[in-house]
Amino acid sequence: MSVPLSAGPLRNELPRKVTRLAWILLALGIVLYAAGYMVDIKRSALNNVVGFLFLASLASGSLFLVALEYIAGAVWSVPMRRVSEFLAALTPLTPLLAIPLFFHLRDVFEWSHPAAAASDSVLMSKSPYLNVTFFVVRFVCVFGLLNLFYYSFIRNSTRQDVSREQKLTTINIRLAALFMPDFAVIVTLIAVDWAMSLEPHWYSTIFGVYYFAGTVLAGLAAATYIIVRFHENGLLPRLRRDHFYSLGALLFAFINFWAYIAFSQFLLTWYANLPEETFWFVKRWRDGWQYVSVLLILVQFVVPYFALLTQDSKMDPKRLKLMSIWILFAHLLDIYWLVMPSYGGGVPLSWMEIGYPVLLAGLVLVVLSYEVKRTNLVPVGDPKLERGLNFRL
Amino acid sequence: MNDGPLYSVTALFDTPDAIIRAAEEVSTGGYTKYDVNTPFPVHGMDKAMKLRQSRLGIFTFFFGLLGTVSIVGFMTWVTVTDYPLVIGGKPFWTWPAFVPIAFEITVLLAAVLTAITMIVLYFRFPNVSHPLHDTPYMKKVSSDRFGISIQASDPKFDEAAVRELLRSLGGKEIAAIYFDAEDLSHRQELFDPKFLGVLALTAVVVSGATYFSFNTLLDMQPFSWMSEQNKLKAQMPSDFSKDGIGMRPPVEGTVARGFLPYPFNGKPEEAGKDLVNPLLPTPAVLARGKAKFLTFCSPCHGNFARGDSRLQGQFPSPPTLHSDKVRNRPDGSIYNVITEGQNVMPSYASQILPEDRWAIILYIRALQRAQNAKESDLK
Repeated sequence: MSVPLSAGPLRNELPRKVTRLAWILLALGIVLYAAGYMVDIKRSALNNVVGFLFLASLASGSLFLVALEYIAGAVWSVPMRRVSEFLAALTPLTPLLAIPLFFHLRDVFEWSHPAAAASDSVLMSKSPYLNVTFFVVRFVCVFGLLNLFYYSFIRNSTRQDVSREQKLTTINIRLAALFMPDFAVIVTLIAVDWAMSLEPHWYSTIFGVYYFAGTVLAGLAAATYIIVRFHENGLLPRLRRDHFYSLGALLFAFINFWAYIAFSQFLLTWYANLPEETFWFVKRWRDGWQYVSVLLILVQFVVPYFALLTQDSKMDPKRLKLMSIWILFAHLLDIYWLVMPSYGGGVPLSWMEIGYPVLLAGLVLVVLSYEVKRTNLVPVGDPKLERGLNFRL
Repeated sequence: MNDGPLYSVTALFDTPDAIIRAAEEVSTGGYTKYDVNTPFPVHGMDKAMKLRQSRLGIFTFFFGLLGTVSIVGFMTWVTVTDYPLVIGGKPFWTWPAFVPIAFEITVLLAAVLTAITMIVLYFRFPNVSHPLHDTPYMKKVSSDRFGISIQASDPKFDEAAVRELLRSLGGKEIAAIYFDAEDLSHRQELFDPKFLGVLALTAVVVSGATYFSFNTLLDMQPFSWMSEQNKLKAQMPSDFSKDGIGMRPPVEGTVARGFLPYPFNGKPEEAGKDLVNPLLPTPAVLARGKAKFLTFCSPCHGNFARGDSRLQGQFPSPPTLHSDKVRNRPDGSIYNVITEGQNVMPSYASQILPEDRWAIILYIRALQRAQNAKESDLK
């Protein structure tokens, strides 16, 4: 019944077709990216924020899933952990995408204008936090810490393939315990700095949690899609319906979590009805944004909720593939909905908004093709691997 | 006890894997009437036993839907039809406020009604007896063993063959379970007239006791030592006096200590003629008059009695006190105005003591004099 590990190749190359597509997408994305900055700096910079936040979601969400497996002592996810590790390899690349933004801070962030901050009492009182120096310091600290954790986790994990030392798992568990509280702060800071401060008069204390819900969804959905594709192509042959069910159930749980947090954020603002809070939602209920808002509820909650409601659908690889791509799109829409209303005047949608998703798709595939060549597809040295492969619900 | 016909043959296994294998073999063997008992849910059992998907989930869905629809309907009826209130300037039908409640009621109804449905439809409530109850088999499968029980009602059932099958699968402690003859002949107690009678009696007694407690018992006083006293409380009626009023008015013509009656109500002319200011304009009296003037008079008449306060224009404008009319008024007449009020000005009798009124009048005189100073004042 059990297929030996060697039945699937441990290292592999993505099909030539996929690699070529990856480079084409990346190149096209970079061209669109550069062209965008030549046409409309403000709009392009805001699109850059969308792309940056999405990539940060994907990277930090994947790192979170890796750490979660260690800290929870999870067994079922061990054979698939490498996929999340591959995606976490986006962590060092994420800050690169933000670099162009540092040259256009004033186009994006109202608080970065000294004159605006001086004449506005709200911005004035927030200026000890919202100023360019501290912003850069936070950015460096957040991504420094994230990359430190990334390298530590991955180094221990890959070294275990050769040394088979159980001690490395123990070290990673301790590392995960250190990582979790830091991750809460990191995700909150990314969300507050890059999304909430676009409209610096507005605040929501739940905003970090809101972004976190999307982050885990993105990391999970991307991993699920790749895992199912790998399995279909014979790369992870010993995965069973039990594994897929667990992935589907986790996806389903976080869809509900996202809806719960999103509604909580809305309900409290709606109840209190204070103008300094409501304007943010009012802005998203005008000039065509109301259709995007309704679409977001449908796309990110209603459709995946019913699509993954039944037991069978959580195990169905086809359904999982469709839904994980769907949820990635939903998360992109979510971030677009958070960021783009700052541009003002209707829903901006043209080739400029397409550029970043294309760039990101290319980037993810290029990183993936590089990683599968370099690292074993399965953590062969992990002491929990055999139990994970024989996992039954 | 177990003296009825054969119910089933049971066997025990040690691990979840063994019981899954046993269930697979038994179902492939063509048996349909059998059950598996485990101390915890064993995943994959449905598939091993080749069970159809339970239809309980469909019930749950509709119970949940019932919860959502009924609570949203109820809240709509309350907030829109029955008792519409404007809360926080929001419309009557405020769906975001309904969502948390709708969510809770949906979960509650779905969970509770599913449990009840399971007990009634699947466990055949009120039938609470089962031949497996109180057997060593049941004791073991509810602690640490995994059991399978193949029923005698199965069309393929043959005791020897079943025992052989279970033994070949590695089952231990293979045993036959018999129906309890008493259980079989047992009439359902739930519909026993005696039981129903006691139930009805209990209902009557309990509701009667509740009614008695709330309407009589709680109002009874165990002791009334000092709470009931033979005295009359303020504002209470009494039949001691003819008019039935407990509190007696003072005898006509009584004068309270420290207060003199004011005989000039409604008679400003006479007040001006007969009343004389008892105070002399000493610095102390003027200071007192100034303080009281600034407190009570200045809000309308202005700090310098020019009638120029900030109320100007919002009411019939308060007059200046520097007019000839006021300047020529005798002190007694001004005293009467303060005491009784005039036109829009209300009475200040309850706010300003008589002595202070006279002091205010002296202060007003001083202000008037300041506006119309004579040469001689400078000397």
